[in-house]
Amino acid sequence: MKYSGFKVLWEGLKGNTGWKPMWRKPDPKKNYDIIIVGGGGHGLATAYYLAEKFNITSIAVVEKGWLGSGNIGRNTTIIRSNYLLPQNQPFYEFSLKLWENLEQELNYNSMVSQRGVLNIFHSDGQRDAFVRRGNAMLMSGADASLLGVDALKKLVPFLDFQNSRFPIKGGLWQPRGGTVRHDAVAWGYAKEADSRGVDIIENCEAINFLVKNGRCYGVETTKGVIKSKKVGVCVAGSSSQVMGKIGINLPIESHVLQAFVSEGLKPVIPGVITFGAGHFYVSQSNKGGLVFGGDIDGYNSYAQRGNLPVIEDVCEGGVALMPMIGRARLLRTWGGIMDMSMDGSPIIDKTNIKNLYFNGGWCYGGFKATPASGFCYAHLLATGKSHHNAKDFLFNRFEKGRLIDEKGQGNQPNLH
Amino acid sequence: MLIDHPLLGLRDSSEFIYMGDAKLLNRPNWKSKNSKTKFIDYGYLRKNPAGLHKELWYHEQGDRSWLVVTRNTVTHEILKVELARYLKRKANAK
Repeated sequence: MKYSGFKVLWEGLKGNTGWKPMWRKPDPKKNYDIIIVGGGGHGLATAYYLAEKFNITSIAVVEKGWLGSGNIGRNTTIIRSNYLLPQNQPFYEFSLKLWENLEQELNYNSMVSQRGVLNIFHSDGQRDAFVRRGNAMLMSGADASLLGVDALKKLVPFLDFQNSRFPIKGGLWQPRGGTVRHDAVAWGYAKEADSRGVDIIENCEAINFLVKNGRCYGVETTKGVIKSKKVGVCVAGSSSQVMGKIGINLPIESHVLQAFVSEGLKPVIPGVITFGAGHFYVSQSNKGGLVFGGDIDGYNSYAQRGNLPVIEDVCEGGVALMPMIGRARLLRTWGGIMDMSMDGSPIIDKTNIKNLYFNGGWCYGGFKATPASGFCYAHLLATGKSHHNAKDFLFNRFEKGRLIDEKGQGNQPNLH
Repeated sequence: MLIDHPLLGLRDSSEFIYMGDAKLLNRPNWKSKNSKTKFIDYGYLRKNPAGLHKELWYHEQGDRSWLVVTRNTVTHEILKVELARYLKRKANAK
């Protein structure tokens, strides 16, 4: 289905009777070229780019629940490319460039809104670190500028500049960062993948992999056995569960990350703002709710809900940064399961089993990576070689000592 | 979450620092065969189960003891709390 302004008008006149489902509900065929396990943002993006860029359309995406029921519908919708390390930053900038053209490419309004991402700093040392980060961003072709207090007072006058413990000294500003309507990303990719012949099979759980002589040749699912030449796993928080079915232990722990939304307020927060002295980030949705979050709870969890100490901590961070939100009421909180890797960076790689591929370890940064993750995973699945922007996201970096540790925290997933 | 500390009774989990899988108590011997593979496994690979998980919690804001907590990662229910040093002594005595 093609969408256009004319179509909206036309359907308005016809009482909206002409809209059709955006993707089919096919039963699985017996054979495919590629099966993708996991119908979240990354899995659907992978299927789309395989079909669009690599001309492979015999693809099944098997999803345990309904489409987009995992982290693609649970995140805080932020896109940005403000990383430091040379293994990460070009990848995320590649992703941001794909975001910028996503709606035209998918013919779907995913509300990509480049309202800017502002990282506040509070000390001279932090300023130096952000200058370095800004330079790394510029070198990768991204945009970044350093804002002083005067510029900040014009942009975000409501911050607590004179906070005695954490006075605000400035911010690192990426105007091209912003937010995206997260569900619409899944729907848009699903629509376009489906229209190219990809079978999206919902309510179909992968129970086991079919492996013979060290080669994977399909997946056993709740809807029967499906064979394929290659299988790509892409299941975020459930990575260890799915790969554990064939005895593969991953450098990943699953942790719960909570997100929050306040009642609807008048437009007040211009873009995305992050607190530099605690862990708090906030944006305002188009409906007016403040969408915010902070640290993961910090213990292994598959519960999709967290506990109160983190809620308190996040809200304290928010009020310390912008006291004006102290009287806004919290509307909802929820949790998602993060595939926290040992160095805070993702993996897009082959496994020890031939024809079985893995994409995961996104920690709590998977949403912004969706297009590039899908693109690079599609590249790996189609060509057998890593995409140049994802060439370091390999399993063997842990044994080789080539960790990609943005925060320098070492092999403790709950600190990344 | 409340953790039933064997010496101090119910304590709020926010008094603790979480260190992950209790397999970290069993550090490989560097002189053993395949010690490199064992250390890669020890340092980086985790079972990460959905269900019962034995894990290390450090009571930093309390008596600074290390606990081995058996907890369900799906429900957050805590089933058993033991002092890591007792478990280690018991294991070493064998």
